[in-house]
Amino acid sequence: MRRQDAAATAGETPYYRQGRRYERKMNYPSSLKYTKDDEWLKVEGDTGVVGITDYAQNALGDIVFVELPKVGAEITAGKPFGTVESVKAVSELFAPANGTVTAINDELANAPEKVNQDPYGAWMIKIKLKDKGEAGKLMSSADYEKYAAERG
Amino acid sequence: MSSVAEASPTLRKTALNPVHRQMGAKMVDFGGWDMPVEYPATGGVLAEHLAVRTGVGIFDVSHMGDIRFTGPQALNAVQHISMNDAARLVPGQAHYSAMLYPEATFVDDIIVHKIGDEHYLFVINAGTREKDAGWVEQNVGGFRCKAENVSDDYTQIAIQGPKGQALLQKLTDVDLSPIKNYWFTFGTVCGLKNTMIARTGYTGEDGFEIYIPADPATSARVWHEVLKAGKEFGAIPCGLGARNTLRLEAKMALYGHEISEKINVFEAGLDRWCKLEKPEFIGKPALERIKAQGVKRTLVGLEMIERGIARDGYPIVDDSGSQIGCVTSGSVAPFLKKNIALAYVPPDKAEIGSVLNVEIRGQKVKAKVVPTPFYKRPKK
Repeated sequence: MRRQDAAATAGETPYYRQGRRYERKMNYPSSLKYTKDDEWLKVEGDTGVVGITDYAQNALGDIVFVELPKVGAEITAGKPFGTVESVKAVSELFAPANGTVTAINDELANAPEKVNQDPYGAWMIKIKLKDKGEAGKLMSSADYEKYAAERG
Repeated sequence: MSSVAEASPTLRKTALNPVHRQMGAKMVDFGGWDMPVEYPATGGVLAEHLAVRTGVGIFDVSHMGDIRFTGPQALNAVQHISMNDAARLVPGQAHYSAMLYPEATFVDDIIVHKIGDEHYLFVINAGTREKDAGWVEQNVGGFRCKAENVSDDYTQIAIQGPKGQALLQKLTDVDLSPIKNYWFTFGTVCGLKNTMIARTGYTGEDGFEIYIPADPATSARVWHEVLKAGKEFGAIPCGLGARNTLRLEAKMALYGHEISEKINVFEAGLDRWCKLEKPEFIGKPALERIKAQGVKRTLVGLEMIERGIARDGYPIVDDSGSQIGCVTSGSVAPFLKKNIALAYVPPDKAEIGSVLNVEIRGQKVKAKVVPTPFYKRPKK
């Protein structure tokens, strides 16, 4: 995920506790792999499930639009495969691995807020992985957590 | 994520800046100002927008500037430099207006408040403060009138929404109910005597703006008192993100988008606030010429028919893909639950119901021209 404009910056840690977001520690499941563009990849056999991270949804704010490729589309590691839009910002989604799209999460067309509510449940696409070994090039949850923290 | 950070020293800050940071606001550079775009802990843009439409929201709008005109020829100076007819105002009344270049394009849009017969106050945009002050200085020198940039004197807090009056009434001795839209008065607010209370705003909703001293302690005290008084009405702090989507639903112009030094009054559709019958003002000869000649582009409201959000700067294209216009502001409309935009298009494409293409990431996405404002608040 990479922002297309410079409209907004990352937020600060609030001390308020009654809130909707921010009230919990960012969550990065150890069963997933992570890109520097803030996507996650879950490997299930030769299928890869792709979404955006807790850090990403939090930095974006209220997500109002998700645009995904069609089933059958070829996606290339590191290249854009879709778009996610918050109220203010348009960001591209970047493929964590090479593969062919086998399913998209249609639910997000009408309920994009699910990405804010549950970034790991609200997967975006499933791909048939060209090479399962590619997942090894991505960050572990511990490395990603460090990477996210560095950016504040 | 880091701990509560300090604003970059090159950005300007309002007196409430530390309060926003304490409240966990997401801060952005807005025209050189370090301003809250949203308060994720208590709202977020969508919730803040809806609070203003259905309850009440509180905004720090101290980045807005103020220019005070005083002296025997204050009215003459105001009349010369602004397009609306300030002679029609009585003390306690305000109106929307603009300062124009001789080409009839915009220096800035403003609200003119008549405080007394020899005393007017312009409220101007944040990003144009210095330009506006320079323009005023350059153009009113010939009048027996003092024009002062008093922008830094005030913390300006906007209390916006159908519950705004009930909230503010708890904090003031002034009876707010007789104050009409675009009128103002002075009274005690949160113990501060002689506070300007105006029934104005930039949200398309009923509401008030109060002007209090800009010292940080007073500003923070009043901000917290307003939020506390608003608790029973569900008041939440609102950032510039919601301010933008609110003003867009209400089709209020944003400088640098719908209006600029390249766009004239007739193109922007703001001629209602331009009084050509006034004997003289900067821009009038050009306006008369444009009125006779007609315009080559006009501002329209768009509602997306197909999936997609039109964003600022996206091209409007004909079926062959040639650009015929441009989006000036576009967003999801959180209250209307539609994707809307404002765009300049040729007048022959501006008819209500016309279907146009917005180019979004290389794809033509259909939108239709709809009546504006997109949102009009219900009459009481």
